Amino acid sequence: MKPAVLTGKHFINGDIACAEGAIAAGCLFFGGYPITPATEVAEHMSERLPHVGGTYIQMEDEIAAMTSILGGAWTGKKTMTATSGPGFSLMMETVGLAVVTETPCVVVNVQRGGPSTGLPTQGAQADMMQAKWGSHGDYEIIALAPSSPQEMFDLTITAFNLSEKYRTPVFIMSDEIVGHMSEKVVIPEPEAIKTFSRVAPDQPTENFLPFKPGPNGVAPMPAIGEGYKVHVTGLTHDEKGYPVMSVDTQAEMMERLMGKIRNNLDDIIMTESYLLEDAEVVVVSYGVSSRTSYTAVDMARKQGIKAGLLRLITVWPFPDQIIKDLALRVKGFVTVEINMGQISREVERCAGYRVPSYLAGHPGGAVVPPEEVVQILKEAF
Amino acid sequence: MIHRTRLVFSGSGGQGVITAAIILAEAAVIHGGMNATQSQSYGAAARGGATRSDVILSDSEIYFPEVTQPNILVCLTQEAYTTFSPIIRPGGLLLTDSKFVTTVKNVDAKQIELPIFETVMEKIGKPIVFNICVLGALIGISDMLDPAWVMEVIKTRVPEDFIDMNNRALDLGLVMGSQYKI
Repeated sequence: MKPAVLTGKHFINGDIACAEGAIAAGCLFFGGYPITPATEVAEHMSERLPHVGGTYIQMEDEIAAMTSILGGAWTGKKTMTATSGPGFSLMMETVGLAVVTETPCVVVNVQRGGPSTGLPTQGAQADMMQAKWGSHGDYEIIALAPSSPQEMFDLTITAFNLSEKYRTPVFIMSDEIVGHMSEKVVIPEPEAIKTFSRVAPDQPTENFLPFKPGPNGVAPMPAIGEGYKVHVTGLTHDEKGYPVMSVDTQAEMMERLMGKIRNNLDDIIMTESYLLEDAEVVVVSYGVSSRTSYTAVDMARKQGIKAGLLRLITVWPFPDQIIKDLALRVKGFVTVEINMGQISREVERCAGYRVPSYLAGHPGGAVVPPEEVVQILKEAF
Repeated sequence: MIHRTRLVFSGSGGQGVITAAIILAEAAVIHGGMNATQSQSYGAAARGGATRSDVILSDSEIYFPEVTQPNILVCLTQEAYTTFSPIIRPGGLLLTDSKFVTTVKNVDAKQIELPIFETVMEKIGKPIVFNICVLGALIGISDMLDPAWVMEVIKTRVPEDFIDMNNRALDLGLVMGSQYKI
């Protein structure tokens, strides 16, 4: 056995940092189907997991990879898979199954240019809406956007913690640039890493209701083999877990599923501000594009434009209220992202046409140059 | 000494361009206490495709991860030279291998051509350490960091039997490069 936490200073790429974050968070199962540019996550997990008592399985495709991590989670383990656009599309049906069965798991999407097989070796941020709406039906999801290898480590731990706390799939929405970029990653001592595991039921196994929520709206989760009788289904179900085809049961289940995210926004939403206090125009960004945006804000300030940055660490659920509040006091927004308009539409929705909202986008394959952001700031405001 | 150095390594897949960039950046971070960001662009083909790796070394935080105007550019194929020589910062350092690249006069840079590949083949006989010899030459010319740090990184990355060969390649490069110290 080797240590699960490789305390120290490393120079590693984002994909490997993500895998190390998962192991530090206590992940013990990875269902893999390698795909550029996420392959290194699977590769590293396959090397590391057997040394920490975990299991790596190479599945036959991404559909199986995704279903395997649901099965793994119901045996009581923390589980993960990693993919890119084409695989993310294949996983979508099972994402819905994870949501409705309240199965904690982490799915990493190292985004590349699309649609379809697109640009395998070049970065994009064009799966952001798919992360929110890719599976059918109505649901809330959690998605985090790391901007560096260090955050690939840190936010993978956060993703596991949120997933376990709220019994929901959590997405790490990375991209090829961050995934393949190498930088300094500092891994703390094991005691300094906060990890959270799902709450286990403490009542007798007789008459157990596996989907009866606890005080925070989340039901304690037993593992298969512990003696609790559990029925897990994608059909609308009651607290017992059995299918009930009624409007009332659907309403109750949906309110619980939506509520556990919507009633805990303050706990889930993470953002970072840079020079926002006196800002007249706000650059909104996330992931690798936020790195462009820091540089753009600095360049704009040097040219006398009072720009500030709102960096979304949590992209879903969207921080509606923060944008709405800013819209009351600023001249407008520019969203920087490597797509042709996705999160910019959310910003526009929240700005409510009170102030204008523009896109500094890119069709995919490269980062948005900071000069372009400054140009838009100049022309628009 | 270093405030911010922007390097671009370019060549073709299989030459070890990306590995050389990673080793340099890792040496700077782990042993030199600097910040470094290494990123890359490469084609779908692992071998033979055009490859580019960017390294930024800095005392301070690095936000924008790519290099638009390198002050140090290394080109190991003619295609790389043709593509990237126009982006070098005026007056920057441009290192090429004389076997693979024929340089032209109208590039505003200090151009240094060295017979790195031929020297490696003559003295060591293994093309696999070509990239490490290039690194040695670059450090010999620029003094950007302690070559001992590079050896420390190589030791963690190559099998024990290959360490000596890499060390010799690094030294060969250092000797060649130090004749052109800037």
